[in-house]
Amino acid sequence: MSVADQTVSQSSSAASTVLDCAVLSTREINVALRALPEGSRVTITNPKGRHNLAVGLMHHLDITIDGNAGYYIGGLCDGPDVTVNGFVGWSVGENLMRGTVRVHGNASECAGATAHGGHIVIEGSASSRAAISLKGGTIAVAGDVGHMSAFMAQAGVLLVGGDAGEALGDSLYEAVVYVAGKVRSLGSDARVSELTGADVEFARALVALAGFDHVEPENLTKVVSAKELYNFDALKAHHY
Amino acid sequence: MCGIVGLHLLEPDLEPRLGALVSTMLEAMTERGPDSAGVAIYVDDLGDPIPGPADGPLGVDGLPGSERVKYSLRADDPAFDWVELAAELGAELRPVGGNAVLVGDGAIWPRLEALAPLVRVVSAGHALEVFKDVGAPRDICDRYGVPARSGYQGVGHTRMATESDVTIDHSHPFSPALDLCVVHNGSFSNHYSVRRDLEQQGVSFVTDNDTEVAARLLAFEMARGADLGDALRALMKVMDGFYTLLVSTRDQFAVVRDAFACKPAAIAVTPQYIAMASEYRALAELPGVEAAEVFEPMPEEIHLWTRGGGRSIREAA
Repeated sequence: MSVADQTVSQSSSAASTVLDCAVLSTREINVALRALPEGSRVTITNPKGRHNLAVGLMHHLDITIDGNAGYYIGGLCDGPDVTVNGFVGWSVGENLMRGTVRVHGNASECAGATAHGGHIVIEGSASSRAAISLKGGTIAVAGDVGHMSAFMAQAGVLLVGGDAGEALGDSLYEAVVYVAGKVRSLGSDARVSELTGADVEFARALVALAGFDHVEPENLTKVVSAKELYNFDALKAHHY
Repeated sequence: MCGIVGLHLLEPDLEPRLGALVSTMLEAMTERGPDSAGVAIYVDDLGDPIPGPADGPLGVDGLPGSERVKYSLRADDPAFDWVELAAELGAELRPVGGNAVLVGDGAIWPRLEALAPLVRVVSAGHALEVFKDVGAPRDICDRYGVPARSGYQGVGHTRMATESDVTIDHSHPFSPALDLCVVHNGSFSNHYSVRRDLEQQGVSFVTDNDTEVAARLLAFEMARGADLGDALRALMKVMDGFYTLLVSTRDQFAVVRDAFACKPAAIAVTPQYIAMASEYRALAELPGVEAAEVFEPMPEEIHLWTRGGGRSIREAA
């Protein structure tokens, strides 16, 4: 904490704090973020693929990570708005509870894994297993998502502005997936469902929030659970 | 968990800095596997033609009888007399971190086994030198003088052992044939059965490590005439498990991931180099990486570059 105190530079005008990864450890950065007053603006510089930046924060901050970041960016947060000016590694926004994570680039695997709430916006593409085990909240990806996205997703929404890879929505529960482009293949127990007026209105709001000009809310493919795996079928093996 | 790094230079400007760049990349991956590490450097190619397939002793395939070859050698005895061994073999000696690189012709190989049965051949090749040890990457790079080395291609691996012992022999890279270097992040699940099949074909092993099986499978396929791409396709059919593999030869550099892409990989492409690492942070200090095209290889896609040639991306059949 002492090192962080010394190296945190407070600019007088906009009350914007700068935390430099070149001089601060990840723990020092997260401790410094936790100590900032509600509503503070912070810029984290020189991330160079650093993991675990801006995690576990319980109050509202406006955080900008200025560069390419590593794993678990913005994870476990309950309040802050995190913006990344670059790409991120695995599991951005993992277990997000509230607040937003916006990535001005691509995301690697498991974007938004197990998120319970909040909004995650990927302005590029996301890799495989995006929204895996999603439990709430929304994940909007402007580009494509990789294989096994929304695997076992339980609640919440995944919006894909591009194409979805193989086995989309495998073992899906109550989460809903909207895809603007092509779906390479559906996973086990996923099915395409009719797009209702309520879906279009919801998607319109999400598209506006994400700022995706290229996505037409009325031209989405909706994927939901077929619910055939919900209950064990005792008669299935009866061939006599 | 393990960490992989690799650097395949496309222009000679960075060659004097290869060792320093690979050391920095590997140190950045220390958290992914701090128990042992190794580095391969391709440098000073002796210039002989690439030999045809032949069986060599001690499981090194393709050993020629008349061509000049570099042997990266290791002895557990720190007082081992490398000068005497080199004199007896009539080979040029380059001491490296208590061990040695001997440069001689292929015919010294059987004599080496007789003269110094406790000496282990870590690698052999026209350009390849391999140094590996137990400990943290930075310590090992310093011990073997890696930061000061030049070269045209380099590979590094830092290991977190999950399936076999932590020894120097079990650490990566594995180099089962001339100039062939294999590093692996992941775990193979059927390596015992593949090992049995290979042993029945006459392949012998040094360790019980899963990656050694993959490395010797590639060497076996290539000794039968397969090119690197075909050998990797054969590996994807035969071997089950999780893997990101970085495989290099005298003139090629290839990355492949398993069908689920369970283990990470990032590739940076610039006009000066192709760089690969388990995580982007290992690439972040490379010169010009801000302008690089950075991407993740898709499952079972073979990304293979040939020195002097262009880039080719091929999907497995």
